[in-house]
Amino acid sequence: MPSMTMIQALNSALANKLEQDPDVLMFGQDIGYFGGVFRVTDGLQERFGLQRCFDAPIAEGGIIAAAIGMGAFGLRPVPEIQFADYILPAFDQLVSEAARLRYRSGGEFSAPITVRSPYGGGIFGGQTHSQSPEAIFAHITGLKTVIPSTPYDAKGLLVSAIEDDDPVIFLEPKRLYNGPFNGRPDQKVASWHGHPAAEVPDGLYRLPLGKAATIRSGEAVTILAYGTMVHVALSAIEECGIDAELLDLRSIVPLDIEAIEASVKKTGRCIIFHEASRFGGFGGELSALVQERCFYHLEAPVERVCGWDTPYPHAFEWDYFPGPARLIKAMSRVMEAR
Amino acid sequence: MRHLPHTLVRVLDDGGDARGEWDPRLDDTVVLAALEAMVRTRVFDERMFRAHRQGKTSFYMKSTGEEAIAVGLSLASGKSDMCFPTYRMLGWLMARGYPLTDLVNQIYSNAADPLKGRQLPILYSARDFGFYSLSGNLGSRIGHAVGWAMASAYRGETSLALGIVGDGTTAEGAFHEAMTFAAVYHAPAILCVTNNQWAISSFAGIAGGEETTFAAKALAYGIPGLRVDGNDLLAIWGAARWAATRARANLGATLIEFVTYRAEGHSTSDDPTQYRPHDEAKAWPLGDPVERLKTYLMRRQAWSEDRHQELIERLGHEVKQAMKAGEAVGSLGASKPPVSEMFEGVFSTADWRLIEQRAELGI
Repeated sequence: MPSMTMIQALNSALANKLEQDPDVLMFGQDIGYFGGVFRVTDGLQERFGLQRCFDAPIAEGGIIAAAIGMGAFGLRPVPEIQFADYILPAFDQLVSEAARLRYRSGGEFSAPITVRSPYGGGIFGGQTHSQSPEAIFAHITGLKTVIPSTPYDAKGLLVSAIEDDDPVIFLEPKRLYNGPFNGRPDQKVASWHGHPAAEVPDGLYRLPLGKAATIRSGEAVTILAYGTMVHVALSAIEECGIDAELLDLRSIVPLDIEAIEASVKKTGRCIIFHEASRFGGFGGELSALVQERCFYHLEAPVERVCGWDTPYPHAFEWDYFPGPARLIKAMSRVMEAR
Repeated sequence: MRHLPHTLVRVLDDGGDARGEWDPRLDDTVVLAALEAMVRTRVFDERMFRAHRQGKTSFYMKSTGEEAIAVGLSLASGKSDMCFPTYRMLGWLMARGYPLTDLVNQIYSNAADPLKGRQLPILYSARDFGFYSLSGNLGSRIGHAVGWAMASAYRGETSLALGIVGDGTTAEGAFHEAMTFAAVYHAPAILCVTNNQWAISSFAGIAGGEETTFAAKALAYGIPGLRVDGNDLLAIWGAARWAATRARANLGATLIEFVTYRAEGHSTSDDPTQYRPHDEAKAWPLGDPVERLKTYLMRRQAWSEDRHQELIERLGHEVKQAMKAGEAVGSLGASKPPVSEMFEGVFSTADWRLIEQRAELGI
């Protein structure tokens, strides 16, 4: 089986869908001739033609609006927003239109679009190329939000997202594009080569939306993570030796509540670990759900380890980024609680 | 072609005769059908406005004075074309025989509401009648029209898209983004601005209407712009046919400004005497589109005052019957779809949250 980076795996998913379904097409800034600023659509225009993969004006609202119109017509558009930081001009389209179209039209129209967008930090992108806006999409009922953490998952989840009948926000952790990242910027940059989850079949396969993956089984504490933080958490667990159970949520809407509940009831402890800033973040929702459903199993307060409530700062990237040291501290606190 | 946005395309002259190169030369039977749809729209509006005053529904908006635009576009367009309407495009549905009872049921949000009680009155959706889902947000669907048109071209189909906004909404970024996309991709779309002079209480100048014409915005995008008498059914038809012919010949999109006048308030929640002269509507710039078309047909001996009165009576009866049927199901509050509909259609398949919440509500 070929070894792929996340970029190659995403490219492979898009190529498979372009090949298999004539209704799939994609457009976005610089994704056509150039192949995307991160190369995710590299070669697709050459292979599938100008009509299937093309450049779009710098108008995020216009991109999503056109995609919704195409989706309502019956196509399966996969627009790209170059950075998740730049999705906000399209927010009205996503909230007022894509998320509501099926509901308000009594099912006459829907928007089966998949909005791909690189997100997250750890790449010295400063506040305009590093943000994690997943919580604001999770709050919008009618949207699905999917976040892969490995090349294998990225491909299987992207295929499912494109085939899904609802609008999907597909956030690609850009720090994981070329290799896993353990949250230790002083160490050598890792590549996906040789990683078991970089073994990606060339052909089409699907992973269900709303199914978490247990990355590591353990008895002491449940860690809920997604995207880049999955790898940071794994590294922290290895360092501190606490027998933690690590769940990669893979999609936050739909959310695998059963897996979360089962794990926290087993361990009695829970830490939520995300890169987005804490206040009003998706961790708040997870914390509330765990409290509502697992209260009598909890041995310690539910903790959140997140980005600080500041903009994503350039010089202070590693002070902001919730690295392994902060997670280990939280794990120790949670284990000491009685 | 660059002069067109600065002229006014008219066919019906002040005396009610058809003149000039934009005359679509329609059979009288076709024009009579248009007149009927326009009158049906006006009669329906009046009855439903009164129904609101009687407490039978929460909200209503009339399209008085703009009936010719909706009806003209509807009848001049093909069956497979899709209109992305404003809330003053009821005439589109009236011209295509949409059942009046379904309109009433939607306005009453009752058990027979085709939109299942989920949407504000008059924000219809009627896919089979070429009428895209309406919403209260302004301008957020004109880009969908462009996407629809691109999809139609991509599939090699002949369906055109008509995206409509009002004069006020041309100030929205969404309008300009749609114009850029329509131009760049040569989308087979007809983008329309119904310039009825008023955006609630703001006159068209607040949207830039005093600096240039709305049609002239097209020039900056490199697409043709037409400025058309929006109270002249024949001019509307001629312009729509011209734009559709261009679109079907792969020449891309056209922007059409329809100059018209909002003869009534913005909605049932509005009192226009607060911000415009109370007798302004009497001056009715460009004249009542129904009266103008009636005069045209009468001058051609195809219509008479008596027949017009008979038509109004017949349509009044039709609307009354539809209201009766709607009220038999129930007016607002007296009847509603099953509450389970609140949880349906959020996603293609409800997730656990919705299933649990529905159970919590006990339904």
